[in-house]
Amino acid sequence: MSLEAMARGQWGPAAVGLFVGLFLLAFLVVPVVNVIYVAFQDPNTGALTLINFVDFFRNNLFQESALNSIYVALMAVVLASIFALPLSYFTTRFNFGGAILIQTLGVLPLIMPPFVGAVAMLLLLGENGSVNLLLDEWFGFTIPFMEGLNGVILVESIHYFPFILMNLSASLNSIDRAMEESAQNLGASGVRLFRRIVFPLAMPGYVAGASLVFLKVFDDIGTPLLLNINNMLAPQAYLRISSIGISDPMGYVISVILVIFSLLALWTSFLALRGKDYATVQKGGGGLMKRDLRPWEKAGCYGVVIFILLLVLSPHFGLAILSLGTVWSFSVLPDAYTYAHYLRVVSESSEFITNTLLYAGLAAGIDVIFGTAIAYIVLRTGLAGRKWLDYAAMGAVAIPGVVLGIGYLRTFYAFNVPIIDKPLASWWVIIVVALAIRRLPYALRACFAALQQLSVMLEEAAENLGATKGRTIYRVVVPLMSGGIVAGFVTSFATAAVELSTTIMLVSQESDAPLAFGIYEFMQSAAGRGPGAALGIIAVLIVGVATYVSHRFIQRKETSQTPDMAIVAGV
Amino acid sequence: MSTKKSTFWIIAFGLALAVLAAPFGAVALEKKLVIVTSYPPDTTTTVKKAFEKRHPGVKVEMLKKKTTAGIKYLQETASNNRSDMFWASAPDAFEVLKGDNLLQKYKVKVKGIPKKVGAFPINDPEGYYKGFAASGYGIMWNTRYLKAKKLPEPKTWVDLAKPVYHGHVGMSAPSRSGTTHLTVETLLQGKGWEKGWAEWKAIAGNFKTVTERSFGVPDGVNSGQFGLGIVIDFFGLSSEASGFPVKFIYPPVTTLVPANIAIVKNAPHPKAAAAFIEFLLTPEGQEVLLDKKIRRLPVNPATYAKAPADFPNPFKDKSIGAAVKFDLQLSKNRYNVINSLFDVMVTYRLNDLRAATKAIQTAEAQMGGKKNMAAKKLIDEAKALVAKVPITAAQASKKEFNAIFKKKRKKATTKVTGRQAEIEREWDAQVKANYARARALAEKAASML
Repeated sequence: MSLEAMARGQWGPAAVGLFVGLFLLAFLVVPVVNVIYVAFQDPNTGALTLINFVDFFRNNLFQESALNSIYVALMAVVLASIFALPLSYFTTRFNFGGAILIQTLGVLPLIMPPFVGAVAMLLLLGENGSVNLLLDEWFGFTIPFMEGLNGVILVESIHYFPFILMNLSASLNSIDRAMEESAQNLGASGVRLFRRIVFPLAMPGYVAGASLVFLKVFDDIGTPLLLNINNMLAPQAYLRISSIGISDPMGYVISVILVIFSLLALWTSFLALRGKDYATVQKGGGGLMKRDLRPWEKAGCYGVVIFILLLVLSPHFGLAILSLGTVWSFSVLPDAYTYAHYLRVVSESSEFITNTLLYAGLAAGIDVIFGTAIAYIVLRTGLAGRKWLDYAAMGAVAIPGVVLGIGYLRTFYAFNVPIIDKPLASWWVIIVVALAIRRLPYALRACFAALQQLSVMLEEAAENLGATKGRTIYRVVVPLMSGGIVAGFVTSFATAAVELSTTIMLVSQESDAPLAFGIYEFMQSAAGRGPGAALGIIAVLIVGVATYVSHRFIQRKETSQTPDMAIVAGV
Repeated sequence: MSTKKSTFWIIAFGLALAVLAAPFGAVALEKKLVIVTSYPPDTTTTVKKAFEKRHPGVKVEMLKKKTTAGIKYLQETASNNRSDMFWASAPDAFEVLKGDNLLQKYKVKVKGIPKKVGAFPINDPEGYYKGFAASGYGIMWNTRYLKAKKLPEPKTWVDLAKPVYHGHVGMSAPSRSGTTHLTVETLLQGKGWEKGWAEWKAIAGNFKTVTERSFGVPDGVNSGQFGLGIVIDFFGLSSEASGFPVKFIYPPVTTLVPANIAIVKNAPHPKAAAAFIEFLLTPEGQEVLLDKKIRRLPVNPATYAKAPADFPNPFKDKSIGAAVKFDLQLSKNRYNVINSLFDVMVTYRLNDLRAATKAIQTAEAQMGGKKNMAAKKLIDEAKALVAKVPITAAQASKKEFNAIFKKKRKKATTKVTGRQAEIEREWDAQVKANYARARALAEKAASML
């Protein structure tokens, strides 16, 4: 069906698009512009100027920071790919016992709550961490895992590789197995099969994941700061804004530059995928079932998988030990163990847990609805300005959390919500909105990749058979996208559950505070390290269970849908 | 009959209560109290419990923000204020709020609080904020770390500049933590501009890291990421009390500063807020500060009678915090310039500074007792280059110069020439070149020995 033909039934998508657009305008564009215009103001006179950018580009420190940021982001993508490729390939294309478990465990690093993750990593892998203390004792040398930029690359790639894992797995699951079969029939196998057939077909998922990793690492503040690395762009922006003051232009100049870089990265990923058709008519359900591995191959694969999982889960091991230990100081393991931290956390902070479930659940729900809508509008309609919807939503990924938080306070504090008579900026709903905006890009990329892989022929077929546009979306598009949608939901939920940088600006009373905020609080005192870690473990468990349940859900859906799809595909 | 009787008694009792309560009606507290604070739950929860026990019926809500974020929060929400109090350590944070006209004056009723602790006035002379505890900076170290690396225990700030401590010391930046700022300023005032900076840079050359949060320092020492840290006393004392293998001392040149509390302007619950201040200053409230998870120095001298044996008492032990007569006005005048200078010279150029320091230390070690005038001259030259500060003390406190670093432009008509970013860029270029040259000189000296 041509775009003109589609244009006939477009009032529905147009209305939805307008609504999403207005939402983004009110809760993303306006607050951010409210803050960022400072970058274009002369600090002395307040007049519009570009002088701040001149200052930026002539500053040695900023140049260095930019180079460091790019280096770290690229290296993190490389390392994250090394972690993600084997995990996703083995678990999706072969009969591999424990695939769901591996997938779930593989997502866990994403939900490492702020502060505790790097603390745990330092305790295990730092210069005087467990591993190095042992190495030093046995062999007399240490390995600088966490020194300088190395530390940032390692922590970031462990933290964000699930983006690649999830999106790539969703893509791999959606490849028509007939393609693989044909290749095998033609004699391709092993690495060649993967390199020439499977991986290229899964490219949309990989690129979606890799570009997210790049973006997140590029503008992550927490990890470098925790490791006390400040010669990178995002930390510089944060440091300038939070220490020199809210009206210092350089912080905002850097923010603007971060946004530009992020958009560039996105654009590059669009270019990489342009001109190629990734859609396959038949979804993964058809064709041959998963392949079997020979016993020795299987053993090798398990070896690789277990090694990767041990490495990427090391922060969690460290955190678990920390949450159960009494004093852990310059020693391989804590001096003694106790349950006291958990008792304290459960008795003092159960509100954090319910708040987190509520906020992250609502935010992720909003995200997949908007994500699906935007993906559909961009890929399937000819609406004017549809690309801008995509860019605006993705732009959120590049907005430092602090900037969004300050923007919200500035924009919405004067606005009183009727009935409850409270400023919108201090109503808990604003936290949900902020989380939804900040995590929308994740859900959007996942939905985008899912829809990209879906041949438009399926929808044409449904419409030719008399289904209305709405019914087609509801019965064909959304069900076939469900893998991507659930992946999007899980990513948004899991990361929203541990978001801190915006939340910290917006929480106006303790009873509204989510988990991450509680952890942050605990981690500010010597006696709070254990309880903070315990709260972190609880956060990880909650999100882990949610992820596992949704993976089960996808699996069940996929099996139950196969006959339907066969019919659709058969037409 | 009996029910009627009891009804009567209930009514009578109720009336009696109403009559009794009437005179107190005037001082009855509001049901809620919202406090913006930078303190960790160990402090807030403990104090909150004690206060709510003393004043049942008032529900205290603690809103935790980092000091800088707290200031911003109060500034941004002033038009529709919902907070009653601001409760944090750094006096300068209160100065900022006072300057923005966001605080409410209050006169304390509790008696027995001295005027000064160390050389610092406890309360704001203008009456806007009150000191409730004192804190001073000192050195904390991890005893296991020092033992494993065979390092001696330091006694003074200058000790930290010794080559044995290279790569073992941690500190936060003055721009990140108000109390760190005071430490830097104290040493500068105590030793003078040039000598003070030279000393700071000699210490900083041994830094393992400059932490982003002030708590990052005790955290790093507690976990053994680095061995020694320059920290505020209660971080050290409470870490020790929580069982970590750490120790804390006050070096001779330190300043005791009050940690403060203030009522926010247009507070929705002013009476409860006043009651909170009074409570904090009563012997009952002061005693809470001795809790082993808090460990702050009370401002009420009587409270020290109940303190553990080795607890420092600044009202008795005059050596704590009395060596330097702290000039608050001078500190205020050059506040932002000091922050910026430290960041440019130390925080952001730590690697360069460390490399230069290491080279100098190596050269000096090789020198030992040898007599080599040429080499000595090179080393001295290298040291001078490291110590060099881009501006003089006079320039640092110049009003026009400081205006460039002001957080806020007062009026559109205020004439300011130059931009902070522009100046920092120049400084950075100088500092980087100096460090590189110092390193080269020291290496050259070493090759001659």
